[in-house]
Amino acid sequence: MSKPALMHPRNESLGRGERIALDLYVVTALAVFLLMMVFGIAMRMAQAGWIQVRVDVFYQVMTAHGAGMVGIAGLASSAVMWFFLRKYVRLHLGMFVANYVLFLLGAAAILGATFVGHYAGAWTFLYPLPIHSMNLWSVNAAALFMTGYLLIGVGFLLFYLDAMLGVLRAYGNLGRALALPWLFGGRLEAAPPPTVIASTMVIITNCLGILVGAVVLVMCIVNAYFPSVALDPLLTKNLIFFFGHVFINATIYMSVIAVYELLPRFTGRPWSVSRPFLWGWAASTVLVLAVYPHHLLMDYAMPRWMLVMGQIVSYMSGLPVLAVTAYGALANIHRSGIRWGMPARLVMLSMFGWAAGIVPAIADGTIRINQVMHNTQWVPGHFHFYLLLGVLPMVLAFMYHVSGSRAEDAENRADRLGFSFYLLGGLVFVLAFLAAGRASVPRRFAAHLVEWMPYDRAGSIGAIVVVATMLLFAVRIVARLFRPAVPADVASHPVS
Amino acid sequence: MDLQNRVWLVTLAGIAFVALGFIYAVARSRVPGDAEAVHHRAYAVRRWWFLALLLGGVGATWASLEQFPVPDQRSDVRNAQVVDAVGRQWLWQLSRDRFVAGVPVEFHVTSQDVNHGFAIYGPDGRIVAQTQAMPGYTNRLVHTFTQLGRYRVLCLEYCGVAHHAMMAGFDIVAPDNGGRS
Repeated sequence: MSKPALMHPRNESLGRGERIALDLYVVTALAVFLLMMVFGIAMRMAQAGWIQVRVDVFYQVMTAHGAGMVGIAGLASSAVMWFFLRKYVRLHLGMFVANYVLFLLGAAAILGATFVGHYAGAWTFLYPLPIHSMNLWSVNAAALFMTGYLLIGVGFLLFYLDAMLGVLRAYGNLGRALALPWLFGGRLEAAPPPTVIASTMVIITNCLGILVGAVVLVMCIVNAYFPSVALDPLLTKNLIFFFGHVFINATIYMSVIAVYELLPRFTGRPWSVSRPFLWGWAASTVLVLAVYPHHLLMDYAMPRWMLVMGQIVSYMSGLPVLAVTAYGALANIHRSGIRWGMPARLVMLSMFGWAAGIVPAIADGTIRINQVMHNTQWVPGHFHFYLLLGVLPMVLAFMYHVSGSRAEDAENRADRLGFSFYLLGGLVFVLAFLAAGRASVPRRFAAHLVEWMPYDRAGSIGAIVVVATMLLFAVRIVARLFRPAVPADVASHPVS
Repeated sequence: MDLQNRVWLVTLAGIAFVALGFIYAVARSRVPGDAEAVHHRAYAVRRWWFLALLLGGVGATWASLEQFPVPDQRSDVRNAQVVDAVGRQWLWQLSRDRFVAGVPVEFHVTSQDVNHGFAIYGPDGRIVAQTQAMPGYTNRLVHTFTQLGRYRVLCLEYCGVAHHAMMAGFDIVAPDNGGRS
């Protein structure tokens, strides 16, 4: 190891209010992740023929699972960004709390619409399905669901605008915070740190994503009560997928901040900002906004240039940040004498999950391949790969790290076993999806043919293992959170 | 080997390649080495890694788009067997259900209510082609069937609580049998 690094530097310490807010984020995120995973298991086991779930309930659960997972991934990732960004710029605790409160209100609206109002229009609320239910749910239920999204979106927007204000005060403009002046020259030591660069990219892209989402949600709500205000289905689809794609990608880019911040502490090597790193983030800022047409490759009414752009940008968008970050992580640990603990293990798992999950994603972004894979289980296969084995491990690494500042036992045998089983169960779970995609098994089907069930059963077993280990992680993290804080000098001990 | 199997194998190979990179780095992570030397070597290799990714991406783009896989939406295919396919919750209406093998079939796909996915499954249970069915738009899907037998149409865009039950079928018959139904 090159030199000892502080695991918990003093500029990351939390005031009482900050600590309560962060604890609420962590506990809520763990609880919702677990609940949504149970929903996921229920769906896989119903498809496997192991349990009976009424089809209307199945699609309600599917709707809640999609909305819940995307939302909670966003909330947990925003906690990662908040925790590290506040070291570099001034953030207001009130906005962080407002995001949490609005999220809870939105989640209540979504759950109410789904399980009380029987709304089952999927998390993508693809127009005009929310208002065309064949009388299985009401217009009010659809509007309540979409209002829940609006509340959550407003919360995130407040959080991002506060972060933008802080960045502007510290760096003058968003271009400098994104390190654009250093793309062609200049001393890299003077460039903003990776946390600021990544946060700025997310602020720019997800503000746009959320605003577009708000526009299409308001349009759909107006249409629900005034059907004469008709919408164009293709335009609405474009807006929904732009919003959805940017939002879920922002969770990766917020969570990866934990990798930039934590990995150097485990290896004792700094995460050096290089020119390719800066180009990667600058390019990704544009590419993440331009890539969404890859969700519409089977909409032949789309302009041909947009379909071509969807494929090419799909190829390009994963590579700048991913190739730079994953490769940088490998170079950072190589012959480093790294001290492996749960956060370090989870960080490296997240890099693997993100990098490997891109492979089936890029395949599906190819128009010719999309013609036989679109909306098969290949799709949940690839996005679960980089969410379950990428984003969630980033978030868990962060939670283990934060809770580690309050307890000295960094990990125990149960953690290590749990990690191995999480990896194993996760791989079985996602590979079962991908194998089913190869066999053309459709996604989002409440009832499966007998010949599809072996994939469902393998996936169910993998999912059960994942949830069991996730429960273990949650218990361990929460238990550490609520231990009395250790003295600051202990908390600041170097790792080596 | 059909397209799905080729994609599956390439994907597994890609995931295995990534996994090997991680296993290699993790296996050599415990023994400390000279950080500067590791840094310089890693960044020298990175240039070639980026170049390989770039060339791979350009090659895949050229190979997959040289013949654009989506049919021209503004002109009819000559001598095609034309069929109107209309989706609505929760059934498909096909204006014909019998086609001759070896002659292009041109599906005019639309919807009367919400978004649907018009996916054609071959006799072996694998998808052979698909497009979206959207209200207010008509997508032209052209496919030349070579394998005789019963094909199924499934909906692949979630369209409500009987989405999974939205199925139809048609037959592909030999040319000398095509005119008789």
